[in-house]
Amino acid sequence: MTIRDAFAIDGKLPLPTARHDTIVVGAGASGTAAAIAAARAGQSVLLVDENPVAPDLMRTDVPLFYGLRMTGAVETPDRMVETLLTTNPALETAIELGVEVALGTSAWGLYTPQPGLAALPAPMLGLADATRSWLVGFDRLIVAAGARDLVLGFPGWDQPGVMGALGLAALLGRYNAFAGRRIAILGSGDLALKTAEMALAHGLDIAALVEVRATPQGDQARTAALAAAGVPILTNASIHRAEGGANGVERLFLADHSLDCDTICLAIGEVPAIELLAAAGTRLEVAPARGGHVPLLDTDGTTSLPGVAAIGRCAGITGSADTLAYRAEWAAMFAVASPPDTIVCQCEAVTRDDLIGVQPPRYLGPRPPAIACRTLATLLADGPPDQDQIKRLTRAGMGVCQGRRCREQVAALLAAAAGLPPESAPFTGYRAPVRPIPLAVLADWAEAPGMADGWDVWFGLPAQWTPYRDIDTPREAMHRAILGGGGHL
Amino acid sequence: MTNHVVIIGAGVTGLSTAWWLARAGHAVTVLDKGVVGWEASSRNGGGASHYHSPLFAEEQRLWPLMDDLLGYPTEYVRGRVIAALTEKQLTHYHYMADMFLELGYATDRIESAECRALSPLLSPATLGGIRLHFGGHANPQRTVQAYAWATQDHGGRILQHTPALGLTTAGGRVTAVDTPRGRIGCDAVVIAAGPQSAALLAPLGIELPLAAARAEMIVTEPAPLMPVGGVDGNGLYGRQTLRGNLAYGGGPHEWLATEAGSPSRPTSPLSRNLARRVAELLPAAAKLRVIRSWAGVVENTPDGRPVLDRVHDNVTIGIMSGVGFGLSPASGHALADLVTDGRCSFADIDKLRLARFTGLAADWRETRGWFPAEAA
Repeated sequence: MTIRDAFAIDGKLPLPTARHDTIVVGAGASGTAAAIAAARAGQSVLLVDENPVAPDLMRTDVPLFYGLRMTGAVETPDRMVETLLTTNPALETAIELGVEVALGTSAWGLYTPQPGLAALPAPMLGLADATRSWLVGFDRLIVAAGARDLVLGFPGWDQPGVMGALGLAALLGRYNAFAGRRIAILGSGDLALKTAEMALAHGLDIAALVEVRATPQGDQARTAALAAAGVPILTNASIHRAEGGANGVERLFLADHSLDCDTICLAIGEVPAIELLAAAGTRLEVAPARGGHVPLLDTDGTTSLPGVAAIGRCAGITGSADTLAYRAEWAAMFAVASPPDTIVCQCEAVTRDDLIGVQPPRYLGPRPPAIACRTLATLLADGPPDQDQIKRLTRAGMGVCQGRRCREQVAALLAAAAGLPPESAPFTGYRAPVRPIPLAVLADWAEAPGMADGWDVWFGLPAQWTPYRDIDTPREAMHRAILGGGGHL
Repeated sequence: MTNHVVIIGAGVTGLSTAWWLARAGHAVTVLDKGVVGWEASSRNGGGASHYHSPLFAEEQRLWPLMDDLLGYPTEYVRGRVIAALTEKQLTHYHYMADMFLELGYATDRIESAECRALSPLLSPATLGGIRLHFGGHANPQRTVQAYAWATQDHGGRILQHTPALGLTTAGGRVTAVDTPRGRIGCDAVVIAAGPQSAALLAPLGIELPLAAARAEMIVTEPAPLMPVGGVDGNGLYGRQTLRGNLAYGGGPHEWLATEAGSPSRPTSPLSRNLARRVAELLPAAAKLRVIRSWAGVVENTPDGRPVLDRVHDNVTIGIMSGVGFGLSPASGHALADLVTDGRCSFADIDKLRLARFTGLAADWRETRGWFPAEAA
């Protein structure tokens, strides 16, 4: 008979509580279309979308950079669901076709059998709403997670009113809950143009489009139309700081003048939302024309994980070939125009100086003399820059926003400091849960009995904890008899 | 005479050994297949309360000195609370407290109210517990880097992304370590490569029985700092970091096939079972959000005890069998002693010699059930 270790994980992980032929993550245009197509093909389909996002998450800029410019409307989830259905009519079609639609539901973990995870009984997706988490099984998973905001910091970016273009689009278009009136838009590419057009359509003022390069980067006709509508387009710009008061941003300072505004919208770029796929171990590639790191896809859109496909913007953003170089130019301008104590990571209050100096966090108190001599340069002498290693030392990227607000700027700063081209910037991995989820929500309250029966603090090896002097004495047997299998409950 | 010692494995045990040797004036080179401390050394709970070990007294002497000795912060904090939610746990912890006292380590039985005064996130349902005035915890990531930097400050060399491919022997001694960067000559070698150690030793005819397994942890966003942040119980080990995050692990492990190279270390839905136990133990933190999970690969000997031994004349083995981080200040000291003198200067560690496994049945993993699950 085969002997099994009672404290091993084998047989303890639960089966999913429900199973669907196809699960689609993300009810944007491509996700909803994929769900409809699967339903028309006679499949059982679950379509999940994290919108409406809980206000607590919005306040920590998850999943988009909302910059605390939400109105109180986001506090009423029922109204938000209505707004969502109104703004995405295709969802009605999906529902009529029998697609099970789960709104306000985030996909926080994807698990597929692989080396090191042989105990997983089936591929499964972890879901959570405001009150509970659960696991669902699938034959086919289509990830249509969209994109998130590219965030680069400058002095004053850590106050309400500094936000991302996707966060703004969500508050305006999806939630009708934007609290600003007058926006300075950073960037002049198509994302910035789209942002400006949307803002004007919602009756907002635009202080200017601000561009770091010498010429506007977007479609010429659309740029001209904005200029004709009275929107200033400033090129060769250097951004020095944002100033404001209790309600956040009031002014944006450029090299030689300032713009009055209550919102500064970063519309420099967007980043494929690969976190669910990356945390699951999907193979990635760097595609400079598609927004950076994207899943490596077969011709049919399948990722390296069997049965898992990626579509829409999480599979790559349509952009110009020099997307990464463009970002690097912005990052370089910000670095030159801002003092070294500019915050890079808001959650952990890490400054650019601390990051490049690989200095420990300030809450540890005065820094010992030896560490003052350590810098990124001394680390680079040991090998290429490793964002995960630097994250552990400085804590940049270790906070509750899960690195969404600093990941790209940390990568850009490290690449610049190490003299690496933008496409070789160090990448840091993603970890489940890819959304911050309260302990009580993530918890498995319906745990199968086998889990508790075979649970030990460590490996369930009583011999491991026998005091050295008692090894091979009668006292060892006594300890084992009294403490049982788990020597260290 | 200064000898050149090559240490294979820049984990916490190898780095501590390198640091002890370097500060004694020896030339050291540390090799690692990746970045310093990238595997289990930086993925553990940071606990430093391993009363059972013959290295523990030396570890306890050293930990409060380590920031000064290394020159870099380790975030070491002394003391720990173990809180019981069930009568069975309380009886168990009281037995442990008696055992600690017999070993000479100050421990108090404490009532529920005192548990909660020391660690206010603990459940009102806490029945009582024990307070350790010894042990403690540190930050594994900061500590491994501290050993690495301190080794360099003493003139040691650390070669990252440089796996040891094999050992060259002559006259019954290891004379060099082969790497992708070429052959590195040595007077002695230390094998502290965790799960990879067995494969390095096998060509020398040295059989080191090891089985690798994957273990998981989760971490929350920060909570206000508790007077005692090292609080265990409810089947968990872990700590509140000095930043305030709650980092906890425990529960079942997954045995892995023995393979070369970087092990795969995905996390699993076990995160949910960990989250539940943390929420039960520390219900005042139940609303705190989990922001990461991770896994590490742990090497285990058949009895779960370390192998600290010098064999084959100049080959020293440093395997801690899954309990290496907390003991690292002392394990490096012991291993450095073995390299230079052939014996540990501060403790009897004879029961940790490799020879205890002589005659071990070839199917020792099978008879313990220490092999991977059938693929689903």
